[in-house]
Amino acid sequence: MASTDTTGTAPGASVEDGLGGLEAGLDALEVQAASRPPFRQTLFHKILPPVVAVAVVLAVWQALISLRIVDDPTKLPSPADVGGEFRDAWLKGELLGYIWTSVSRGLLGFLFALALGTPLGLLVARVKAVRAAIGPVLSGLQSLPSVAWVPPAVIWLGLNNSMMYAVILLGAVPSIANGLVSGIDQVPPLFLRAGRTMGATGLRGAWHIVMPAALPGYLAGLKQGWAFSWRSLMAAEIIASSPDLGIGLGALLENGRNASSMSMVFEAILLILFVGIAIDLLIFSPLERWVLRSRGLLVKG
Amino acid sequence: MATALAKAADAESVDHAARIEHVSKSFTGPAGRQLVLDDITLDVAPGEFVTLLGASGCGKSTLLNLVAGLDEPSAGSITTHGRPALMFQEHALFPWLTAGKNIELALKLRGVPKSDRRGRAEELLELVRLKGAHGKRVHELSGGMRQRVAMARALAQDSRLLLMDEPFAALDAITRDVLHDELTRIWQETGVSVLFVTHNVREAVRLAQRVVLLSSRPGRVAREWRVDIPQPRRIEDAPVAELSLEITEVLRGEIRRHGQH
Repeated sequence: MASTDTTGTAPGASVEDGLGGLEAGLDALEVQAASRPPFRQTLFHKILPPVVAVAVVLAVWQALISLRIVDDPTKLPSPADVGGEFRDAWLKGELLGYIWTSVSRGLLGFLFALALGTPLGLLVARVKAVRAAIGPVLSGLQSLPSVAWVPPAVIWLGLNNSMMYAVILLGAVPSIANGLVSGIDQVPPLFLRAGRTMGATGLRGAWHIVMPAALPGYLAGLKQGWAFSWRSLMAAEIIASSPDLGIGLGALLENGRNASSMSMVFEAILLILFVGIAIDLLIFSPLERWVLRSRGLLVKG
Repeated sequence: MATALAKAADAESVDHAARIEHVSKSFTGPAGRQLVLDDITLDVAPGEFVTLLGASGCGKSTLLNLVAGLDEPSAGSITTHGRPALMFQEHALFPWLTAGKNIELALKLRGVPKSDRRGRAEELLELVRLKGAHGKRVHELSGGMRQRVAMARALAQDSRLLLMDEPFAALDAITRDVLHDELTRIWQETGVSVLFVTHNVREAVRLAQRVVLLSSRPGRVAREWRVDIPQPRRIEDAPVAELSLEITEVLRGEIRRHGQH
């Protein structure tokens, strides 16, 4: 095949042009053009499956009622009853109030946790003595259910918003700090060496090399931190409901139980689930995907 | 571009780009104290291209780390002028930055003002024939392109000495040949001194003005060859092959000594 190919670079041709052209050819051969998948594919692979899953759950639920497999509405209300509960709350103008009471608390608490957990994580990762002292405690705290903090928080701070924030902090700070620590631990040593030969040492090294390299681990920590914040907050709202605190989603659930209204309990559970998923889908997942994609770490398939 | 890069060449006032004098290095491992480098003395002249050649365990990468200032010698001294630039076998580009921003970071850490960085990065990309790759992410580039960006980033440090630790070992043979040509061209254009570590004899002869063979365990300078074959050379050229054969024989002799107890 190659033997017939005699039209290569002629002896007189510029060596430079030959090399540049060869290189351009190699580059073109090895680089694959990345393109976004067409909408049809996104529809079938990403959007349709969860929609179908929700539809199946609703169908099974309705079937349980219609076929009278469960016919005690105090145990299992029908989808229509729960829907009615949502409509009433919406018409009374209370639905968004419930959500906002909890979400504003959750997000504010999460921001506090972020402000505390980040420097704490940096300290633990970079200072050996601090790591030896509180590293294991910090990992251990992650496995302590944050609901355990509700009783002492009520005793220390009383039934008020500070108590809620305290419980959120105790739940989320260890996750955020641990995420940053493992992110920093996983920075490839090669990056640190490359940075040092370029003069990035000390604080400059931390800012230009360590922090950006640790970002994926840090984001995973933030995501888990949010989940812990939200759970802790719901536990606190359920246990410590008081008229002064306003009605958040946890309190709504507790009110439903007290009123023996199963459809209100379902309404509250669905709202808690919905908010948790929505925050993850709207904030954390896009952030995580953007970071991973820009680094070529998102494997398609 | 020539004026911007000329700084590396105006090293006439100094008679060496790196001076390695009686350098020894030992590590304390599980098997006790182990001598890795033993009394190495080696100069790299300004603008000179030297390859360090040796089998596994000759400590060539250790020596490069010492010259780069990433580690301290146990004995002896190393002088360089300013901080040398270092290129690794892996490209070591930062994946959170684009190709251009990687180069700009090196410029920034060197203190180049913000207004000049973009233009300088474009010049360097053009030098490695990657014009227009400024906004490309690292994972969008091929292996050869990544090493060329890494080369541009190393050159951005504007150091008089470029240290290269088997930078082409992970590339396919076709790309490697092309990058040999590129490196020779860039070395000639910039006048930078190069200390290049490899275990590939032909690569060493293809590139260098001087080949230094290290023996293994501990690493000592075993022999040196001047390579007077005119550039541009090809790795298939008869004189390159001939000298490679001679050096390979000596290298094999060195390796054989380790099999005899």
